[in-house]
Amino acid sequence: MSEKFPYLKDDSVVEVQRGPEPGGAGGAYRAFGETLRGLKTTMARLIEGPMTVQYPEEKTPVYPRFRGRHKLHKFEDTGLEKCVGCSLCAAACPADCIRVVAAENVPGERVSAGERYAAVYEINLSRCIFCGYCEIACPFDAITMGHDYEMADYGREDLIFTKEMLLAEPLERTPLRREGE
Amino acid sequence: MIPLADTQFVEATWIMVVKSIVIFAVIFGIVPVMTVVERKLIGRFQHRYGPNRVGPFGLLQPLADLFKLISKEGFRPEGAIPLLYVLGPLLPVLSGIMALAIIPWGDVQGGVGLYGIDVPIGVLYFFAVGSIAFYGLLLGGWSSGSKYSLLGAMRGAAQLISYEVSMGLALLGAIIMGGSLSLVSIVHAQGSLWFVVPQLVGFVVFMLAGFAETSRTPFDMPEADAELVQGFMTEYGGMRFGSFLMVEYIEIIVVCGVAAAMFLGGWMGPGPSFLDPIWMLLKIFALVFVFIWVRATLPRLRYDQLMSLGWKVLLPLATLNVLVTAVLVVVT
Repeated sequence: MSEKFPYLKDDSVVEVQRGPEPGGAGGAYRAFGETLRGLKTTMARLIEGPMTVQYPEEKTPVYPRFRGRHKLHKFEDTGLEKCVGCSLCAAACPADCIRVVAAENVPGERVSAGERYAAVYEINLSRCIFCGYCEIACPFDAITMGHDYEMADYGREDLIFTKEMLLAEPLERTPLRREGE
Repeated sequence: MIPLADTQFVEATWIMVVKSIVIFAVIFGIVPVMTVVERKLIGRFQHRYGPNRVGPFGLLQPLADLFKLISKEGFRPEGAIPLLYVLGPLLPVLSGIMALAIIPWGDVQGGVGLYGIDVPIGVLYFFAVGSIAFYGLLLGGWSSGSKYSLLGAMRGAAQLISYEVSMGLALLGAIIMGGSLSLVSIVHAQGSLWFVVPQLVGFVVFMLAGFAETSRTPFDMPEADAELVQGFMTEYGGMRFGSFLMVEYIEIIVVCGVAAAMFLGGWMGPGPSFLDPIWMLLKIFALVFVFIWVRATLPRLRYDQLMSLGWKVLLPLATLNVLVTAVLVVVT
């Protein structure tokens, strides 16, 4: 070996390991044995049973940090919106899919806890890349990424989610992965 | 001189007609069930469910497939030879149904033999009729005017000569032990011991040749959907394609039926005699399960590998088996 490749160290060259030659009585015997091994393997799969998740009926649980569709939040005690219309989320959004139009709170009918509130809050989910930067940018934890991932629709305009849609609880909750699952 | 088979049992014509209708109806009821069972089983072999959307447990899937195939246009490519192109799917259906006639489902019960007909040449009939099915394949492939069909048909022809001889020799051992060519007499001869025990080699060789006969994986070279699109079936659509598929399943039933009758004691089983057809059906389904199991496991053999398997392994094995059986039968 070292004569052939003088520039290589001895232990860096490994002899090729070849399997037994196919053909002949030995080859037929080995082929038969391997066939039986294959049959055993598939039979074991049959006994184990299917591992398919019947998707529309049963859903794969998501991890707690899964970044799905956004949610807007309200204060639980007062019922006021957390969003104060600062537009930091829109500024942080790399896909530029959030549109916020702020308005002043009128003393009689307060919408948010702050001075101002979001009169228009729209997320274009057909552009959103679900990076979660809006969640990080928000100083009041008003927007978070939820767990819903079934957002397919028939038209682009249906994917522009308004404030009411983002504030509402989803009709069906996506299952959450338990500890250790 | 020993007669090849004694068939003094003659039935009225109307009984024969009723019997053939019943066999026809039962087999044509089983074929769609087999398609869905095969798809579901192959799914389970691969960790999935298989069809389970149409009807309860996906049992109506074959019905949906059938409607889809029937409603399709009967298309014939321009380069095809019209008569032969139509004859292609027709011949195998015919031969498959004809071969069903000799499969024994039970003994003579209440003056009616539970089989289509007990021909004295039994096994020879099976070979004669079974080979006609390959004519359909060859005609269909050659008359389609497509290179994939032609290649498939060519492979079919090469496959036919590789397995047919060993298939015959594999059965010869059981015929020698049974002392008859008639399947009914052979089943009767297995009263004490199923022939699968003394004729294990013959059984294995017959099953291997049976995979080739029905052109199933690992010997599905005439179809070879990965390389040849669908081989000889490439240019067929609609119910013509459907009948090729149907033939595959009828042939599986025929091959499994012959194997069950020759090696697994046919209708023999515990219980009263009216259970005989059930036992036969169970044995056939056990063998069908093996067919599906093998399909789920083995990849397709190469063209020359099948030939060397047929000529170099199966043929010597089967010949040796026949010789040893013949000597033992003469000595004892």
